[in-house]
Amino acid sequence: MEAPTVASETAGVGTSDPRAPGAGTLRTGPHPLMAVPALAFFAVFALLPLGGVALLSLMRWDGIGDPGWTGLGNWSRALGDPATYHAIWLSVQVMVFSWLFQTPVSLLLGVFIAGRGRYRATLGVLYFLPMLLSSAAIAIAFKALLDPNFGMSRAFGLDILSQDWLGDPTLTLYVVIFVIAWQFIPFHTLLYQAGVRQIPRQLYEAAEIDGAGRVRQFFSITLPQLRYTIITSSTLMLVGSLTYFDLVFVLTGGGPGNATRFLPLDMYLNGFSNNDMGRASTLAVLLVVAGLALSLGLARFARFQRGSQQEGI
Amino acid sequence: MTLGKRRTAQMAAGLAAILTFTAACGSSGPSSAGGGTTAWALTGGDEQTFRTSFSDAKVDGQFFGNDAYKQKIRSAVGAGQAPTLVFSWGNGGMLKSWVDAGKIMDLTPEVQKDPTLTSRYLPSVAQTGVVDGKTYAVPNNGMQPVVLFYNKDLFNQIGAQPPQTWDELMALLPRFNQAGIAPFSIGGQSKWPQLMWEEYLVDRIGGPGVFDAIAADKPNAWSDPAVTQANTMIQQLVSADGFVKGFNSIATDSNADTALLYTGKAAMYLMGSWAFPTIKQSDPDFISSGKLGYTTFPTVSGGKGAPTDIVGNPANYWSVSATASDQQKQAAVQYLRTGVMNDSYVDSLLANGSVPPVNGIEAKLAKTGDPDYLSYVYGLASKAPNFQLSWDQALSPGQADSLLNNLDQLFLKQITPEQFAANMNATIGK
Repeated sequence: MEAPTVASETAGVGTSDPRAPGAGTLRTGPHPLMAVPALAFFAVFALLPLGGVALLSLMRWDGIGDPGWTGLGNWSRALGDPATYHAIWLSVQVMVFSWLFQTPVSLLLGVFIAGRGRYRATLGVLYFLPMLLSSAAIAIAFKALLDPNFGMSRAFGLDILSQDWLGDPTLTLYVVIFVIAWQFIPFHTLLYQAGVRQIPRQLYEAAEIDGAGRVRQFFSITLPQLRYTIITSSTLMLVGSLTYFDLVFVLTGGGPGNATRFLPLDMYLNGFSNNDMGRASTLAVLLVVAGLALSLGLARFARFQRGSQQEGI
Repeated sequence: MTLGKRRTAQMAAGLAAILTFTAACGSSGPSSAGGGTTAWALTGGDEQTFRTSFSDAKVDGQFFGNDAYKQKIRSAVGAGQAPTLVFSWGNGGMLKSWVDAGKIMDLTPEVQKDPTLTSRYLPSVAQTGVVDGKTYAVPNNGMQPVVLFYNKDLFNQIGAQPPQTWDELMALLPRFNQAGIAPFSIGGQSKWPQLMWEEYLVDRIGGPGVFDAIAADKPNAWSDPAVTQANTMIQQLVSADGFVKGFNSIATDSNADTALLYTGKAAMYLMGSWAFPTIKQSDPDFISSGKLGYTTFPTVSGGKGAPTDIVGNPANYWSVSATASDQQKQAAVQYLRTGVMNDSYVDSLLANGSVPPVNGIEAKLAKTGDPDYLSYVYGLASKAPNFQLSWDQALSPGQADSLLNNLDQLFLKQITPEQFAANMNATIGK
């Protein structure tokens, strides 16, 4: 779903900034027909199923019998049910808190790891370990660690760790957000690390001559230079938070009660444990619309913010 | 090797990989055995018994994990691609939706031809294969009643006896808590263990009729006073610290709830009979030194239900797919007559710690490795006036999901018994 952003951004670099290397390649670039295989794939594996889901959202189907038309029945049921709004509200909370938590941490880690020093490279490798694990494995590991009787509280002998982590409705959402952050911070750190390494050294040298300290350098050079990286990372984070599913499904299954049953999970449970494919399709369409709106909105915001990134050279 | 040759070799390897993949996909389909009989069953539990009987009867069997199976079988049945023998949990829920869609063969004529097809099973268990008065399914493994397990050591420690009535149970709670022992272990995160409390309490208070009305989709059936009283009692139990601290964080699939019982952290544990093999595997000494006790669910004063009624899974079941060929159907029925629950099949189940729902096996039970426990489970199930199938299996899948959610919220005291009734009434007919 982040495709539109990425595409418009690369196009933007090519057209609005004539000094950028390779600005002319678009005009003399590959023949448009070269895009046909990719477009065909996109049509068959993305657009066609999407149309199917939209159609299914107008039908009543339990997955076994024959689907029957219900018109807007699924929509009025889904939109008239507080459970749907609860799921949407949870999704919004996950999105906002995930962003607030992950962005500063991965930004600072990325800046730190991009610096020189052998030990940083070693640390960097350690930070990236969570990226190598599958969501299901992470969920199972955390589930075991958070067990109030046999988990980490017992391993470390610390009673303070023996909380009702996954059983307290007010706490569990934040535990889930933390585990999601644990999984995804390495990826965003990697983005920021790459972004920092792109910043020309001359800027820092000039700043040092002017007598700017490290903090001043960070706020006046690093942060503004990372503007696009921040937008890219935020887009992936915000749109991605609409798709967090596997981790939460294994970790909490939506519980306790409905405390972590957010939109993607609600969609799955409606479809595959309630056998209400029509309602699940309705929620799927809602998710697609939300995701598209979000990434288009962010792309527009990025365009609005666009200036020359290399100002001052 | 020149570049060109290497590329050809790579392409050949790639093609070979694709072909293998397609071939592998093809052979996993249900129709691969050249018109032979096929079956899908669950891994673990009684898998070995199934495997042996399959190879004897030349049934092409495949095995899946519980959740994977439930999803795969649903789409397979829906698409007319079901295996000849379809594994289920008995009437209601999944089996009923398949029967309603005309996907399952009616076995009633076969029963009339030779009644031993069903008459050799305990009546309460055979009954769970009946939908709308017709036989659609036959038991294929052991009975799984829900039993109240307890730790004899901990009861000795505070000088108490296992509870016979609900009042005795409630009186035990402060005594255990003062001794630093959790009265009950439960895997609340998995939700379904909470359902066992609801099922037993409703049956003890109002008798089996209460749930029959719910299963029959009678309007406002969830508002029955027995349900409301049961839910009030559950919340009293939670408020009195009846369950281990943080019970909602405990998942059953890691067996952490069972571990609390045999490690001496919790005194009692309400669970299906399958907890016994789990304990036997994790801590054999706990059983061999006689520390494991088991008893029936307490009675409730003034309750209408029989004290010997039980809940749980009567067994798992085989049905025959209506879309199978005549030849496959015949072979499948023949397998159900002679391949399932024959002498060696029963022995194999018993050796595994499962109690088959077959009439007159008391002598065999006495010769097993755990005669006391297996005889107890057999006696419990064979004498029970009512063997209630787990509600999440007996109800439609949509209602089952709401039930587990609302019950979870009830245990968390997020909703009152009245709200529970209102929420569940709204799911009737869905």
